[in-house]
Amino acid sequence: MAQKKPYQDIPGTTIFDTDMAHIGYHLNQFCMSLMQAPNRERFKSDERAYLNEWPMSEAQKLAVLDRDYNRMISLGGNIYFLAKIFSSDGISFQQAAASMTGMTQEEYAQMMINGGRSPEGNHVTGEDGGNG
Amino acid sequence: MAKITAGVSTSHVPAIGAAIDQGKTAEPYWAPLFAGYEFSKKWIAEQKPDVVILVYNDHATAFSLDMVPTFAIGCAGEFKPADEGWGPRPVPVVKGHPELAAHIAQSVIHDDFDLTIVNKMDVDHGLTVPLSLLFGQPEGWPCLVIPLAVNVVLYPPPSGRRCYELGKAVRRAVESFDADLNVQVWGTGGMSHQLQGPRAGLINREFDNDFLERLVNSPDELSRMPHIEYVRKAGSEGIELVMWMIMRGALNEQVTERHRFYHVPASNTAVGHQVLENG
Repeated sequence: MAQKKPYQDIPGTTIFDTDMAHIGYHLNQFCMSLMQAPNRERFKSDERAYLNEWPMSEAQKLAVLDRDYNRMISLGGNIYFLAKIFSSDGISFQQAAASMTGMTQEEYAQMMINGGRSPEGNHVTGEDGGNG
Repeated sequence: MAKITAGVSTSHVPAIGAAIDQGKTAEPYWAPLFAGYEFSKKWIAEQKPDVVILVYNDHATAFSLDMVPTFAIGCAGEFKPADEGWGPRPVPVVKGHPELAAHIAQSVIHDDFDLTIVNKMDVDHGLTVPLSLLFGQPEGWPCLVIPLAVNVVLYPPPSGRRCYELGKAVRRAVESFDADLNVQVWGTGGMSHQLQGPRAGLINREFDNDFLERLVNSPDELSRMPHIEYVRKAGSEGIELVMWMIMRGALNEQVTERHRFYHVPASNTAVGHQVLENG
């Protein structure tokens, strides 16, 4: 019997569990490689060629090339591993987070200054017809 | 004998480290946050701990997906600041206390807590940002540091209860170490935040302030909070707060709260910080 996952109804949230870690293993390990400066240089000079060195799915490679972080997460990426990609791009954690919300960086930054996204209506999928 | 005298809790947001490293602490965005640490910087200069047991999490830095230890103790003589993708932070090398670390490992493993022993490890912002917040920018860190890394990246992390009990075991270990040492335990990470997906940016002031209060006055009850409550209410990364329970478990049941600070935001995150003294 499959493990019960009570966290699957949290709106707009993917919990990085062991099943996701299995799906995303090579994607995340590719990200780890970007912690070394020579690898960052090789990746930047030819992203596709560098990605082809890793046994990742084509969908995972395309998500990286598109810098589509929501898609990378749905394909097993974890945000702390994916951070190596946007750090290599010179993009901040806040810019990367904003890109996943459908907001502009400016809108997102202002939301944070205003106290962040409210938990109201964001606990359980569909509780107010909101996201997720 | 060695003695645990105090505990510190603090968030360890990487952008805070960047603000310190780039000289931005007086900027309007950051000044209110750093003001919240002024008391603590003076306090720790008076306290002069010999050793800090620093509970933090590695953010896919020392531990890739090849191996993910639930609890790992750094037993090396030194730990280098890691290159997390933008070059290492310009902060001093962290000096360990191999003898006390080895003693803690032996003691808590005999006490049923099976720590992973780490003899070589780079440390990321999770460990170095709290040091910067409390000590500023010294030439060398003014105390020795024993890293205690907790997995909060790959779900499930250890339960808050397990963390709380580990803290108690760490205390028993420290108090049986035959050297006159002033030891502090720091719990880092949190507070509410979510860094991923359409719900990114979640902040829950009510949850956070309730947590700060219960951490001081009803930690035993707080330690029983299930994971689902952390991730649902405090965000997928808010579950880092289980690490604070190790710090709290290492202190007396009754503590004196010398300082409390709460601030939103630092980048994507709610910042919480407390100074708790034994006795």
